[in-house]
Amino acid sequence: MSVLSKRKFPRQLEDEAIYIIREVAAQFDRPALLFSGGKDSITLVRLAQKAFYPARIPFPLLHIDTGHNFPETIEFRDQLAKELHLNMEVRYVQDSINQGKVKEETGKYASRNALQTVTLLDAIEELKLDACIGGARRDEEKARAKERIFSVRDEFGQWDAKRQRPELFDILNGKINVGENVRVFPISNWTELDVWNYIREEGIGIPSVYYAHEREIIERDGMIWPYSEFLHTTPDEIVQRRVVRFRTVGDMTCTAAVESYANNIDGIIEEILSAVISERGARIDDKRSEAAMEKRKQEGYF
Amino acid sequence: MDILRLNTAGSVDDGKSTLIGRLLFDTQSIPQDKLEAIAASSQRKGLDFVDLSLLTDGLIAEREQGITIDVAHVYFSTPTRKYIIADSPGHVEYTRNMVTGASTAQVSIILIDSRHGVVEQTYRHFFISTLLRIPKVLVCVNKMDLVNFSQDIFSNIVSDFYAFAEKIKFEGQIIDFIPVCSLHGDNIAKGSDRMPWYEGKTLLQELETTNLKENNDELPARMPVQYVVRPRTDEFHDYRGYAGKISSGVFKVGDTVTALPSEQTSVIKKIQKFESSLEEAHSKESVTLLLTDDIDISRGNMLVKKGQEPTAAKYIVAHVCWMAHEPLSIGKVYWLQHGNQLVKAKIDAIQHVIIPNTLEHQSATQLKLNDIAVLSLKLAHPIFADTFATNRSNGGFICVDPGTNNTVGVGFIEELYESVPVQEFAI
Repeated sequence: MSVLSKRKFPRQLEDEAIYIIREVAAQFDRPALLFSGGKDSITLVRLAQKAFYPARIPFPLLHIDTGHNFPETIEFRDQLAKELHLNMEVRYVQDSINQGKVKEETGKYASRNALQTVTLLDAIEELKLDACIGGARRDEEKARAKERIFSVRDEFGQWDAKRQRPELFDILNGKINVGENVRVFPISNWTELDVWNYIREEGIGIPSVYYAHEREIIERDGMIWPYSEFLHTTPDEIVQRRVVRFRTVGDMTCTAAVESYANNIDGIIEEILSAVISERGARIDDKRSEAAMEKRKQEGYF
Repeated sequence: MDILRLNTAGSVDDGKSTLIGRLLFDTQSIPQDKLEAIAASSQRKGLDFVDLSLLTDGLIAEREQGITIDVAHVYFSTPTRKYIIADSPGHVEYTRNMVTGASTAQVSIILIDSRHGVVEQTYRHFFISTLLRIPKVLVCVNKMDLVNFSQDIFSNIVSDFYAFAEKIKFEGQIIDFIPVCSLHGDNIAKGSDRMPWYEGKTLLQELETTNLKENNDELPARMPVQYVVRPRTDEFHDYRGYAGKISSGVFKVGDTVTALPSEQTSVIKKIQKFESSLEEAHSKESVTLLLTDDIDISRGNMLVKKGQEPTAAKYIVAHVCWMAHEPLSIGKVYWLQHGNQLVKAKIDAIQHVIIPNTLEHQSATQLKLNDIAVLSLKLAHPIFADTFATNRSNGGFICVDPGTNNTVGVGFIEELYESVPVQEFAI
């Protein structure tokens, strides 16, 4: 095991994240925590618990369910909500499709990832949210690396990179105009490794898809795609069984797996340390173009 | 595991993004797919080298123009520490973004192109680093390959820089110079056999050995109250905790504290951090304090150690960097946000505007974008601040425009008064 893997989680990051979450609860009338069932939003739940202990988390969680989630993630979500007595709101992309607000993509690469933005913006309007806490990290992607911790969005949820507010010291300005909302990223300064070290040190539970398991996959474009009823396959694509795990968890149609036998946190951390591919290298939606993330954020994506 | 926060500054094309790219590359911090992606982009652009600046210039507009517009945050780790780099823009028009990137930095890296030497922007960047009281400044003299690795050129730049720096540097501020070549990696993470005359540390060695021990713990104890925790459950029926991040000093169980502005005192009964109880809590820790008495404390109040109370200031003099296109005018009222306290503040006077590269003072009736000036402000309610020079974490504030809600200025407190000073009337 390398020296790096023995590194401790820098606790200063936890103190800073708790500070940010408390600012949200204090400065906004109707905040919510965007929960996806992935390791980052699970970490946020832990931080929010700590921020208000022994009181309960004073805002709801919001999950935008695309309908193409890993069943393991949904099972985890419901279990977590029950155990921690969380107020979990769920809104469905399928409803947006049924209302004719968005159109399902077609073809081999069809994904609902971009569609969820519309469902999210509708939920923000319906629940009258003025702040949404998200688990995005600046090390994930270069457009994310440019975003502030308090990221003001207009009433269409749009991010304007050139009109960002200056953010100084640890002073967070949460004043917004009617109709605007703020996306808040308390773990902006954490890296993938920080999150895993935190999960290990805190003993936080995560969905089983993060650990090595045998599942049905297909190989496409040099990546391992999880096979599911949602994936549009061509006749030449053969379904195989392989031992894999997921490094990042999005939809089943846009998250690639990695071949791995890591079945515990230490194994995962060791694997990340020796990995030559970045975390989002397995996010198929990011590969659409060099500016895929920036463009999605301009549309209101979190 | 500690964290070191850096800021990089320099003029356009001095090679900031390349320097960061090189630092990441040489510490094996760039995953293969990201490296392949920028290699492919470099090739498409017709470059015959891998343009490491493409790693951090993440916005479409930045790649189009080949410049940095906004701060990118970049991360890497060594076995010693975690690094957070704010890659700030060099253009004068993006000065406010540079201040944003530098406001949390412990080390400021200023780049100079060895062919151009010290330029106007260099002075501006050092001035801002000093205004922010960044304890360590590393001046990287870049592109040494283009001046034949000349020791004389390097020495001249060092003395030019010093001639200016000595006029404004504060006591204890450390300035070091390193001749580098970021494109090829000389003196970044590895030494350089092309500059045998340089006997100092590489940039990475400087960073790895920077002593982080900030004296925040030795300062008077202050905790702005962020949030009052009141569970109102059967189990915690009478629980009332004051949550916040300690901005300076140390609080211990048994300490007598004063709540401001009420000036009521009580004793710390318990310091809670999630499920555990602490005997003491240090600066920068997010905790919840429980007191022995039920006194009236709400968000925006401050808990301090009794006997160490700051001035209740209703009038302040501060350096302000203006960050908005709409000019600042005398007499206008802004929101002043200090920690989590928000008060109305009226601009009483612009004492003078400072021209960073000449340090010249000018009179003005308004401030334009990126102007730096000394202002006096009258506050609607007292704030419990310290001067920025004595306490960085309790001496800064931002100005928010009540019309747009935008953050329009940043201030560094120089003087605090309980009321309007008498000499103001004497004039």
